[in-house]
Amino acid sequence: MSRKDDRNFHPTVPPGAPIIRVRDLAVGFGSRLINNGLNLDVKRGEILGVVGASGTGKSVLLRTIVGLIEKKRGTIELFGVDSDSLNITQRRQIERRWGILYQQGALFSSLTVKQNIQFPMREYLDFSEELLDEMAMVKLKLVGLKPEAAERLPSELSGGMIKRAALARALALDPEILFLDEPTSGLDPIGAQEFDDLIATLQKTLGLTVFMVTHDLDSLAGICDRIAALGEGKVLHEGTLDDMKRQQHPWLQAYFNGTRARASHVHGAPGEQGV
Amino acid sequence: MAAPSAKIVPGAAGDATVELTGDWVAAESPALEALVASFRPSARALRLNGQGIESLDTLGAYLLTKLRRQLEAENRVVTITGLSTAAETLVAEVSETPPHVEPRPEGVSAFSLLADIGEAVVNAGRDFLDGVAFLGAVMLAMGRLVTGRSRLRLPAVVNQLERVGLRGVPIVTLISFLVGAIIAQQSIFQLRTFGTVHFVADLLGILVLRELAVLLTAIMIAGRSGSSFTAELGSMKMREEVDALQTMGLDPLEVLVVPRILALIIALPLLTFLASMAGIAGGAVVAFIYGGVSADVFFSRLQGAIGMNTFLVGMIKAPFMALVIGLIACIEGFAVRGSAESLGVHTTASVVKSIFVVIVVDGLFAMFFAAINY
Repeated sequence: MSRKDDRNFHPTVPPGAPIIRVRDLAVGFGSRLINNGLNLDVKRGEILGVVGASGTGKSVLLRTIVGLIEKKRGTIELFGVDSDSLNITQRRQIERRWGILYQQGALFSSLTVKQNIQFPMREYLDFSEELLDEMAMVKLKLVGLKPEAAERLPSELSGGMIKRAALARALALDPEILFLDEPTSGLDPIGAQEFDDLIATLQKTLGLTVFMVTHDLDSLAGICDRIAALGEGKVLHEGTLDDMKRQQHPWLQAYFNGTRARASHVHGAPGEQGV
Repeated sequence: MAAPSAKIVPGAAGDATVELTGDWVAAESPALEALVASFRPSARALRLNGQGIESLDTLGAYLLTKLRRQLEAENRVVTITGLSTAAETLVAEVSETPPHVEPRPEGVSAFSLLADIGEAVVNAGRDFLDGVAFLGAVMLAMGRLVTGRSRLRLPAVVNQLERVGLRGVPIVTLISFLVGAIIAQQSIFQLRTFGTVHFVADLLGILVLRELAVLLTAIMIAGRSGSSFTAELGSMKMREEVDALQTMGLDPLEVLVVPRILALIIALPLLTFLASMAGIAGGAVVAFIYGGVSADVFFSRLQGAIGMNTFLVGMIKAPFMALVIGLIACIEGFAVRGSAESLGVHTTASVVKSIFVVIVVDGLFAMFFAAINY
């Protein structure tokens, strides 16, 4: 393949087909394996929630899929193409097609919110200055931030605003896949609910596939189409919330039928159940 | 990918249908922008038909609404039709005009340059006052230590001593050795003209002991340890670790600053002593080999030229140098604000200011020792 072909490299999968397919994945540090023999499909157009106890490799899985951590074994297919078969140019083309919301936002601290959003646009697209400004404001509005936030530095934002600004940056290139690492951690319940709604709305409007690492039972109940529970280095079970609640695995039982689950919407609206 | 286009099909009653085709996506932005900017129809009523649009992203949707706004501003009647439901939601979502927000003032003008100069002068004054205030606070903290009202954090001091002192030994001695050698070589080269090569011992001894060893050491420690103090304290500040200490009822000065400054005050004289020895050794080696001065002559001249006072002048200065380096490094560390850039700015400032102040202090000492004839 010539370089020009590489630059137009644009594999696609039909809606509902696995846009990410992970097979027999092993990732670890030193001799300790965090994920071992993990299989997972993320279907195009769904919101997948990934749960698991702390240290079960949720974030590691996310970082391995996007290429921040080397895997030791297994295959990862992105948009139907084996990630090992990609050359650097092709890899860049793939990377443009996803956006990542890091747990702490990871906004560039020396740039204003607007400059943060424009950063990937400037790198990859050929916008005029006027259009850059306008598109940054459009993205800000998409994530529900006030226009005044555009000129603030990340250190001048509240936790919730940082998440939204980081989401706006993740959406800067109109990604097809959105990776979210604990998007609602550190937000108050109302803020978290709003953020969930926002993600659901954006997913519908922009036709995104969302891969969400979360601990938030409300998010799982509210917006996730499917849930994958990680444990023992593998996916313990994947399916809908109702499937999860029926599983006999002790951790799944504790997680989905525990007191916190009962208090949240997992079992319908609070109060509906009686006590 | 198909280039975006807008074809005007005139209708019967002075209206027109605009057939939009191609990919309305970010990758086609130059063509799209040009298309929107140059779109000048004559009809008063327009129907924008989006049926032929192959793909639409936020940029395309935004430019579509921009086109509509632009036409409506010219008093035309505009309707958008033929979009899929998903595309319609997207268009509705981005349809609002982005408000204009005043950008942060930046850029350089003659006026702002003047303002910067003024600000720098005021800041220099403020830095001095801050330094004095911080010195006072550190002295109070040390006073509490001496009077037993607070605990000496010995492990912290020892840990810092290792990092500042022990790990600094190789580089400090190496550089001093080399500089001593270079000075000796240059002196011998000049003294040869007068046939007084053996005076190199006098010159070297006085220069290294009084000035060079302590200056070199202080400058190196400012670069080596001052910068690391600033970066450490700065990142602790950024991650709210300093706040955490404070809310636990601990004084950051006592926990973070005093051990570092104490370690510097202990380590710098020791390193200065090593630097003096290394400098003289370097000079001696050159004198033996390059100058042909015998060891006998060299050391007897050295003994005659330097006294206890020569040695002490250098050593007395060392703790003061340590104090200013430590103070500046810690002040700059605590001045770090949220951003990574701020950490960089303050680390640079820490090193530059410490080196400057070290040289100023050295000058003051030179005047002082000259005045008391020591």
